[in-house]
Formats: sequence, C-alpha cells, structure tokens
Amino acid sequence: MTTIDTPRQDVLDSAAETDNYLTYTRGFLSWILTLDHKRIGVMYMGSVLLSFLVGGTFALLLRTELLTPGRTICSAETYNQFFTLHGAIMVFLVIIPSIPAALGNFVLPIMLGAKDVAFPRLNLFSYFLWLGGAAFTLYSLAAGGFDTGWTFYTPYSTTTTTGGVIPVLIGVFILGFSSIFTGLNFIVTVHKLRPPGMTWFKMPLFLWALYATAIIQVLATPVLAITLCLLIVERVLNIGIFNPSMGGDPVLYQHFFWFYSHPAVYIMIVPAMGIISEIIAVHSHRQIFGYRYIAYSSIAIAMFSFIVWGHHMFTSGQSGLMNTIFSLISFSVAIPSAVKTFNWTMTLYKGTISLTAPMMYALSFLFLFTIGGLTGIHLATLNTDVHLHDTYFVVAHFHYVMMGSALIGMIGGLHHWWPKMTGRMYNEKMACTACIIIFVGFNITFFTQFMLGSQGMPRRYYDYLPEFQVYHVISTIGSYIMAAGFFTSAICFIQSLMSGPKAPSNPWGGVSLEWQCASPPPHDNFKTPPHVGNCYDFSVVHWDEATKNYIIDHKAELAHVTGEGRR
Amino acid sequence: MSTPHSTATHDAAAGSHADHPLVGHLVPISTLVATASALLVLTFITVAVRYIDIGEFNVWVAIGIAVVKASLVASFFMHLRWDRPFNLLVFVGCTAFVVLMMAFCVLDTSQYRATQYTGNPPLAQETLDAKAPAAPVARFKTGLDP
Amino acid sequence: MSDVATGHDSHGDAHGSGHAHSPEHAKYPFLAHHFDTPAQQFDSAKLGMWLFLATEVLFFGALFVAYAVLRSRFPEVFSYASHYLDTTMGGINTAVLIVSSLTMALGVYFAQRGRKTALLICLWLTMAGAAGFLVIKYFEYEHKIHANLVWGPGFYVPPHNTVGELEAQQLAHAPAAAPAALPVPMNPAPSAQPTIGAHPVVEGSAIKPASAGPGGLGAGAVNSVLGESHDIIPHQLPSAHLEDAAMPPNTHMFFAIYYAMTGLHGFHVIVGMVVIGILIFRAHRGDFGPNYYTPVDLVGLYWHIVDLVWIFLFPLFYLIH
Ligand code: HEM
Ligand SMILES: [Cu+2]
Repeated sequence: MTTIDTPRQDVLDSAAETDNYLTYTRGFLSWILTLDHKRIGVMYMGSVLLSFLVGGTFALLLRTELLTPGRTICSAETYNQFFTLHGAIMVFLVIIPSIPAALGNFVLPIMLGAKDVAFPRLNLFSYFLWLGGAAFTLYSLAAGGFDTGWTFYTPYSTTTTTGGVIPVLIGVFILGFSSIFTGLNFIVTVHKLRPPGMTWFKMPLFLWALYATAIIQVLATPVLAITLCLLIVERVLNIGIFNPSMGGDPVLYQHFFWFYSHPAVYIMIVPAMGIISEIIAVHSHRQIFGYRYIAYSSIAIAMFSFIVWGHHMFTSGQSGLMNTIFSLISFSVAIPSAVKTFNWTMTLYKGTISLTAPMMYALSFLFLFTIGGLTGIHLATLNTDVHLHDTYFVVAHFHYVMMGSALIGMIGGLHHWWPKMTGRMYNEKMACTACIIIFVGFNITFFTQFMLGSQGMPRRYYDYLPEFQVYHVISTIGSYIMAAGFFTSAICFIQSLMSGPKAPSNPWGGVSLEWQCASPPPHDNFKTPPHVGNCYDFSVVHWDEATKNYIIDHKAELAHVTGEGRR
Repeated sequence: MSTPHSTATHDAAAGSHADHPLVGHLVPISTLVATASALLVLTFITVAVRYIDIGEFNVWVAIGIAVVKASLVASFFMHLRWDRPFNLLVFVGCTAFVVLMMAFCVLDTSQYRATQYTGNPPLAQETLDAKAPAAPVARFKTGLDP
Repeated sequence: MSDVATGHDSHGDAHGSGHAHSPEHAKYPFLAHHFDTPAQQFDSAKLGMWLFLATEVLFFGALFVAYAVLRSRFPEVFSYASHYLDTTMGGINTAVLIVSSLTMALGVYFAQRGRKTALLICLWLTMAGAAGFLVIKYFEYEHKIHANLVWGPGFYVPPHNTVGELEAQQLAHAPAAAPAALPVPMNPAPSAQPTIGAHPVVEGSAIKPASAGPGGLGAGAVNSVLGESHDIIPHQLPSAHLEDAAMPPNTHMFFAIYYAMTGLHGFHVIVGMVVIGILIFRAHRGDFGPNYYTPVDLVGLYWHIVDLVWIFLFPLFYLIH
C-alpha cells in the first residue's frame, strides 16, 4: 500500500509506543507546567470528571431528600444550598469547560493539523484559572455556603446571609475568564494555524462547532463577569444598581445574566453537536449529509443565541412587548437545531452503522436532544411558559438538553477519542451496557419531571404535596439507576487504563487528521505537515485485519479530491 | 524568556529594509500627531456643545462626537486602517453586540417603567422634605453653572 | 489580562526540541515552535489581542447598558447631578489620556524603527500620563466624597460636623450583608421600615436616626455611626445637595453608576501602568526591534482601548446639558 508523504500507520503505531505525548517528559511538574495542548486537555478532563463526581453526589442527595414529602435527610436550608451547589458546579465547573476545554483542547489542534494551539501559555493559564475558580467555589462551602440558585438572582443574592456568596461569585468570575481565554485561543488557532490545504470547508464539523462556541465564549462571558462584579460591589459597598429599594432595577440583573446565560447554554450544546457530527459520520462510515448546512447552522445558532435571552424572563416583570419579541425570536433557534438533527438522521440513513459505544451515545443524544429541544419550544411559547415557568417542566427541559445532550455528547466524545488520548481500547460491551443503563435511568428520572412540572410542582422546593410523591419516587429511583450507569462507565474506563488492549491509530475508521497520527499522538502531533483531504470520505479507508486497524489509502483519497474538486 | 535580540543593525541584515518592521504597518509620526490634534480639538468641541441647548439632541451630538473620536483612535492609533479586515470585524462586531444589548434593555425598561416604583426610598425622601426649602442648585459652586 | 498583553507572544514551548527547526526558527529566536513565520506569529498575537479587546468592550458594555437604562429612567437626575462633576478636571483628564495615547502610538513607531531610547522615553511619558490621570481622578473622588456625593444611602446621611466625613464614608462602605443585615423590603412603606436602634431625635434637626438609609444597610453599621452622634448641626454640612429642594429623587443613582464606571476604568488604568512597566523593563533590556515588537503593539492596543472608553465616559457623565 503506497501512501503519500504520510508514514504508514503501523509504522506510526510502533513509534508511538515509545515516543508519545504521555512519555515525552515525566513527573508531576512536567504535567502541571506543560504547554502541550494534549496534556492540558487531559488535565481538564480529569478535573472536570472529578467535579462531575462532586456535583453528581449533590444531585443524588437532592433526589434522596425528595423521596418523601417534608424532611427526609436534610433541612430546607440545607436543601437550598445543595441544589445551588449542584447547579453551580455542574454548569460552571463541568459542562461549560467539558467539551471545549477538555476534549476540544486535546482534539482541536490535531484535527486541524497544527502543532499546538496559538497561545500555549495562555492555555495553561486558563487551566490554572479553572483551578482557582474551582478552589473559590469549594471554599464558599467552608465560608458558609450559598443558597441563591445558580442564577444568583437579585435582590435575594445581595441580601441572603449565607456567607459563601462572595467567594462563589469570585470563583465564577475566574471560571468565566478561563472560558474566555480558551475560546480566544481556539478562534486564533482556527484562523491562523490551519496548515496548507486545510481550507474552512475542509475542516471537520467539530472544529466548526468549537469555533462557533468560541465566538459565544468571547462575546458573552464578559457580560457575566461584569454582572458578577456588580453583585459583589452591591454586597460589599451597597451600590444599589440592582436594588429596587434604592432606585435600582433587579430586572436589569436578569437581562445581564441571561445575556450571558442563554448563549452559555449554547456553549454547552454546540460543541456536543460537533461531536455528534463526527461520531455519526465515522461510525456509520458514511459521508456526512449536508456538511455545509451543519457548519453554517453552528454559526447561525451562535448568532441567534444572543437575541433570545428574554425567554427566561417572561414572568419576571419584563414588558409585554419584549416578551412577544423574545418569544418570536426563540422559535427561530429551533431552525438551525432542526437542520442539524435532520442532517444527522439523513447520514444514518443507509449508512453502515457500527453500534459502538460512541454511536450508542450519539443515538441517545439524538433522542434526548429532540425531546429537550422540542420542550424548549413549549417553554418559549409565551402563554405556555406562564404556566410552566419555575416548575419541574423547566428542570426536565434543561436536564434533557444539558445532561441528556451536552453531557452525553461529551461522554460519547470521550469514548470516541479515548483510544487516541490514552492509547488503549476499552471493553466495548461494558461501555455499551453503561450507555444503556444511563439512557434508561435518565429517562426515568427526567421524563417524570415533565409530568410533575405540568401538574404544577414548582422547582427548588424541598417539600411537596403528597400526590406528587409517586413521581418523585420514580424519579429518584431513575437517578440511582443513572448513577449505576455512570459507575459502570467509570469502571470501564479505569479497567481500560489498567489493562486495556493497545489501541491502533485508527480504531473506528475515521479520516480526519487525528486518525492519521499515532495513538497516543507524539509530542508535536505531526512531524511532517499532514495530508489534508476530505475528512468525511470514508471510501478511502479499509479494515486491515492483520494490524486490527483501519488504513487510509491516500492515493485513492487524492484521486477523489481532485476528481470532486472543492466539496 | 530568551536572550535579548534584534538590535537595529542586526535586523537590517536580517530583514529586507532597515526602515520597516518585519511585520505590521509603520504609521508615520505626522499622522499620529495629526490624529492626536484632531482628538484634542474634538474634545474642545464636545465641551463647548454642552452649553448650547438643543434639547434631546445634546446627548446624540455628544455621542456622535465620541464615535468620531473613537474611530479616529481605532483607525490610526490602533492601526485598524491598515490591519487585517477580520480584526476590524471583531471590533465592530463586539460593539454591535453592546448596542444590541442596550437597545433591547432600554426598550424593555422603557416599557415597564410605568409600573416601577419611582421616587427616593421613603425615608430618604422624608429627610429631604424636612430640610426644604434651601439653596437652588446654582448656589452650589460647580464652577460651571451660568 | 497582562498575560494576554505581554505573555503569549514568544517562545511557545519550554521543552520543545525533538523536531527539526526550520530556517525561520534559526533566524528568528523569538519565533515559537508552533508557528512557521514571524508574520503568522504576529498576526496571531494581534488577533488574540483584538479578541481580548472585544471582551473588554463587552465588559464595559454592560455598564454602558446599565447607564443607558438608568439615564432613560431618571433623565432629570442625570442632568441635575452632572453639574456636580468638575468639567475642567474631566476635560484635563481627557486631554491627558489622549496625549498618553499619542505617546504610546509613538512608542510603537519607535519600537518598529528599533530606536530604543525614543521608545523608552515614550513609554515613560505614557506611564506619566497614566499616573497623572489617576492623580487627577483621585482629587476628583476625594472632593466628591468630601462633599458627601457618594453612592447608596450614604448620599443622604448628613455627616457629623466634626468627624462627619469619615463617618459618611464608613457608612457608604458599610457591608450590606453584615451579619446583622436586615432583610431588604421591596418598596418599603415608611411604616414598614424597621427602626434602627433607639436614638433620641436630636433637637433642631428633623432628621430621624432611623432615616439613615433605605433598607439593605446593615443595622450594625448604622448603629456604629449614629451611636456616637450627639449633635448634628445641619447647617454646617458640607453636603450642599441635601439642602437643595430642587434635587430630584434618586440622585444617588447617578453617583452609583459614576463610581462603578469610572472605578472600573481607573482599575484598567492601573493595569495599564503595570503592563507598561513590564514593557519598560523589557525595552530597557533590549528585547524590541523592527523584527520583534509585538508586546509593545499589544500593550498599545490595550492602552488605546482604555482611552477609547474614557472618550465615551467623559461626555456621558461630565457633559450633560
Ligand atoms: C431548541 C432550543 C431551545 C429553546 C427554544 C429553549 C427555551 C427555553 C425556555 C423558554 C426556557 C425558560 C423556561 C422558564 O424558565 O420558564 C428555558 C430554560 C432553560 N434552558 Fe432552554 N431552550 C432551548 C435549548 C436549550 C439548550 C440546548 C440548553 C442547554 C444546553 C438549554 C438550557 C436551559 C436551561 C439551563 C434553562 C433553565 C434556566 C434556569 O432557569 O435555571 N436550553 N429554555
Ligand atoms: Cu434560553
């Protein structure tokens, strides 16, 4: 088999065994002071998963408290602190950094064919910022906790006597800058470090998604930062800009908060959509359907996300005019989301689907995101939302999109790139089982919450009417099942790390550049500039039984490229 | 940090032309000074305009002048005139988002204003009422009032 | 922030050696391993800085939005309170910033031409401009606080005639969430206002101790101030605004947003001084020349955006008709 200026994969693989980014230098310091995007990505991934464990523990405590009406395991005040911490940790420490900062950091430069991100030191700095932000967030627990909800609504957040409010505000402020710097780094990397041949429309869709996400990170997060500053100033100096009794305006706070936080939900979901585009194309071995539409829809979602924030404020005193405008615009966000969903479905259609673990997660995503997105439309409908606002319906909606979609997408991506990151395969059966358990548990937990919500169970309460109990019990049982699923998944990963078989460079049959470098990749990714072809043309790969690997035939690829011209 | 490098003569050998930087655009001193002078003149004008009463429009004139000044700074001091168009897009784009946020927020608050509580917080108002009447504003020396 | 301004531009990798360096890397020692040409590195740094400036614009932008909302809600407050600001000082400060922007731009020019002494002079002048700005700003703040023109409830508290100013300041700084904080009533009716402490109403003054401020102020703080007040003599107050019948309600909100925006801007000036200081150090060491002057350029951009923000702040606060 001849290849064009790219070493044969089996050669790559044997080289990777001794010389890869994991073995390049050794010792704790060589990790914590590394400038290598791959190591920073791995460190992010570890930290994020650890935070997920903490946030998940709080979630289980919450669900346990809700098993019976009235007090089950903790007091109302403690419950308030638990759901606040759960929300803040999951949003700011887990989901927002999970895909861009952890997986994105690892994958983006390799997929792009670059040696690193544009600003490696800024990259490490943003990881330290993440650590600092996490430290403050945890410190807030020691300082007395906080019970404001992850939204920090005024005037409650400026008057509550829980002592941890200021530390957590500082923590989230710092985490915001960590996110900004990651986004900034990615935009510059995508603009300036594309190797020859990597044109915008040759980029894999995950890169488009990360690029769109980065735009949101850079444009929206500063508004959160200044809003948190104002809250701190409000608490410390009593400045009154959000204080109604001093002529300030608490609704303005909500405008500021959601100007960031609605785009922030797209910081969570857009990169997950990018992962799904990759997984679905690679694991059904079929050219992605509607490449350009998926790429454009990522950018469109990023832009639209800035003009719909008011749909969170329908019942907060926002004017009727703005309610109507925001409701109307919110519907339009469904269009680019639907474009993606239909394109994925079309890619699956008549594809050669391998039901691998990543694919299972991708299929879960499709299912869960459809439910989450469609219930979003219910909520964006003005008059429906007046009934549903601040009920469990909203809770169910955002768990379907944040957990069922963003987090499931992240875990799917982790399975997809795990062989690349660690150089080891995992037990496929076990991973698939975990996925099924999570999927089932998830739906039991959260679908019941749709019913609860539409019957009027308000969110953020630790007590409820007895007639809701049956739903709460089902939901709690579901959450235990889900926990078991995640536990299985964790065991699967640990087992893979300890004794997993060595991963080939291309276990799934992908064509994008990360599958053309070894598993795990060498320190500087590519010794020679990689060969950039059509990253979704799967006719050029074939299974090689001898090496248990997919081999990319660059000659065939080149013929395709010149024959087809620009895709 | 690496060792110091690049003295002018060394670069003359390395680069093609001693008078020009390896990268970026050289803006002549005269242009920079002219820009600064224009900015100072505009500052003077914007102060002067304050004393002409054109009602509603005062604020728009002030903002208009500020925008002109800002674009002078951006195009000449910040080299945007010669820079990559994408950098210009970044700058204009982020400003557009601020304007968008402002438009929506002001539109909204102006709509619900009628239902908002106005006036000082009750006791502050009491304090003030108790002390009236007293000096008109003009008596307080600001150095500017007619 | 300073990391963006100065840090990321050179020498990407501390331990990058395992691969062949191109001739470009041999020729330009400042070229990081993951860049191919100085132009690529420079363009990346510039784009990165512009994106950072975009975040700054949005950072300040939200405050401008708050300004717009407050001003459209209380137009009379803004045109009234603006007269308490000193246009002369504000004007001088505008000029100072413009001139320091010019020296910064000239600094970039001299760095590009490799003229070290001229560059250093320009940087020092810029630094002086920044310091001058802060000194003037300090006098402005000082004067306002002296006249009790502060944010929040402190605005309405007549200072004690002897140590009054200090107390007013204390009150203004009183933590809203002091342990003994009272719940803030939304639009409290006067009768609903909790009574703070039991202070005798002072003869000759209509000011009731409990009126020290609207809700949200820590009771402890109010007590500590009022507990010592024996004789409030209203007519010796430095705060003329309290005697002014024409003062519109909510005037304190003007000062709230004034301090918020100018304070944040002042903070950026301080950061600017720090990064300019680093530049001076590096320029002194001879880091910059026609081939490599990126940090000077980036700090320049930062400094200009600080100027740019002030260009808007000045008319919006000082020049309201
Ligand atoms: C199809 C597009 C979507 C629409 C039309 C939509 C609409 C809405 C609406 C109207 C609400 C407010 C409900 C209320 O508070 O009464 C809401 C809440 C929420 N949505 Fe969505 N949504 C969409 C997608 C998403 C996605 C993709 C995410 C996250 C990844 C997300 C996360 C959230 C969160 C976190 C909340 C609750 C915020 C809170 O009050 O704590 N949404 N959504
Ligand atoms: Cu939303």
